[in-house]
Amino acid sequence: MRAPSGADIAAGETMLAVENVSLAFGGVKAITDVSFDIRKGEIRAIIGPNGAGKTSMLNVINGFYTPQHGRITFKGATRAKMRPHEAAIGGIARTFQNVALFRGMTALDNIMAGRSLRMHKNFFWQLLRHGPAMTEEVEHRKRVEDIIEFLEIAHIRKTPVGVLPYGLQKRVELGRALAMEPDLLLLDEPMAGMNLEEKEDMSRYVLDVNNFYGTTIALIEHDMGVVMDLSDRVVVLDYGRKIADGTPDEVKRDKAVIDAYLGVAH
Amino acid sequence: MDLLYNIFIDPFVQMVQLPDLFVQTLWEGLVSGVLYALIALGFVLIFKASGVFNFAQGIMVVFAALTLIGLYTLLRGWGVRPGDLAAFLALGLTIGVMFVLAFGVERLMLRPLVNQPDIILFMATFGLTYFLIGLGELVFGGEPKVMIAEDLYLPKGSLDFKILGGLVSLQKIDIAAAVIASVMVATLAVFFQKTRIGRALRAVADSHKAALSVGISLEQIWVIVWFAAGIVALATGIMWGARSNVSFALQIIALKALPVLILGGFTSIPGAIVGGVIIGVGEKIGEFYWGPLLGSGIESWLAYFIALIFLLFRPQGLFGDKIIERI
Repeated sequence: MRAPSGADIAAGETMLAVENVSLAFGGVKAITDVSFDIRKGEIRAIIGPNGAGKTSMLNVINGFYTPQHGRITFKGATRAKMRPHEAAIGGIARTFQNVALFRGMTALDNIMAGRSLRMHKNFFWQLLRHGPAMTEEVEHRKRVEDIIEFLEIAHIRKTPVGVLPYGLQKRVELGRALAMEPDLLLLDEPMAGMNLEEKEDMSRYVLDVNNFYGTTIALIEHDMGVVMDLSDRVVVLDYGRKIADGTPDEVKRDKAVIDAYLGVAH
Repeated sequence: MDLLYNIFIDPFVQMVQLPDLFVQTLWEGLVSGVLYALIALGFVLIFKASGVFNFAQGIMVVFAALTLIGLYTLLRGWGVRPGDLAAFLALGLTIGVMFVLAFGVERLMLRPLVNQPDIILFMATFGLTYFLIGLGELVFGGEPKVMIAEDLYLPKGSLDFKILGGLVSLQKIDIAAAVIASVMVATLAVFFQKTRIGRALRAVADSHKAALSVGISLEQIWVIVWFAAGIVALATGIMWGARSNVSFALQIIALKALPVLILGGFTSIPGAIVGGVIIGVGEKIGEFYWGPLLGSGIESWLAYFIALIFLLFRPQGLFGDKIIERI
């Protein structure tokens, strides 16, 4: 499958639309009246200073939070409320800001867990490890091995993830999300806490996923260099409100954005 | 000197001199170990899938056994003959009741408590315990009941072997208990390690939000795991009940599972079995050979003493997951 070019994206269909979403925890307003869209095949960055509501936004998209106001339309279906596992079934995968892996399991099992939704054979067959279930397991294992190879983590596939260094844990987590073969991939600070080399590796994986699999990606990132290089379009949040939306170049020159990041003289 | 002799030499001399007695004691220990292991298994299931120590496992054993006997009596009262038909009908219905219980626990107890700290869930299982005690006494009455072992085709009597210059006698029901326990453990171990649902269960135990993000439904997993624990409780109740009576006192014995779990590891299914056997055998041998030195009765605390030693030197148990936190 050929990756969509910039022009395709500009004209492209909308994969996810967020309209007038507001979210509050008691009296604390996390998100206020935010609207934006994510187009099929693009890499969309969500940026903003700490506490701007970026992670809350991702949690709204994949159903961890239910917004008090607003609508979310994903692949043409509008919803008021969705449970996280339903979002996963619908084709939304994600990674977390503070890696959330299954610590007791090996890297391989973690990534295999990402395929839970795609395995359907009767579990009595699975118990016997025979017949159709075995064929299914082998087939899924093959897909998982492809992902492991792609992310260059073959050497740690049998290692319990709890003992892995942070950078590798993030890679396993990305692998688990990829194993779901999602339509929309949400990455919450995929490069946080990494050194330059690891960031370059991770950027390459993100671009490759977008190019080769055509996966639509929404990512939160603090490293501006990375954001500007990777993303097709950027939405900027500050104090839970949207202050800018556009291509990296447009956003970089935006007065409100510069003020939010550098502060303004009062 | 006398004391040292009595502790370190005399018991072993006795073991060698009367080997038939030793084998008999060993067997008794093995059997009670298997029964401890069955109870521990119920705890391990729920601990593995939700990280919560289910205090109610003991009462679930009693409740399952009482339901079975109650339904059997009811069916006989309605004129269901012969007895074995009534017994197996009652068994099927009891499995249904355990499913309803699992479903109810998920709906009314676990779902409203998603994302609460483990200690809250633990306290909730206390609540469940007293609820089940109350419900059980209300419906079935408080007096001890006799298990319907015969109609379930559980074997009776004993096998006697004339070996080692004496008589070793094995109760058939104990052999059946050992076989049933082994089969259950083997099935559950494969289920957890090799199936998609098993993988999902372990995933839920490790991280709720990560499990949700890959599309695992917590609700479904919890019903499955509480149902499995209910089935284990039913099997335990039948086996315990066939050896003694079914009474609410059983749920206190269930706490013996705690040292078993510490020994075997809270998250290990084979560990529950090995831990159970070690505790069971240790108790019986200890009581028989060393008990008299301390005026007997060490059976009641020896298990906890062994568990304490284990906590000091191997807190994750023999087979438990050693969680290494990178800091």
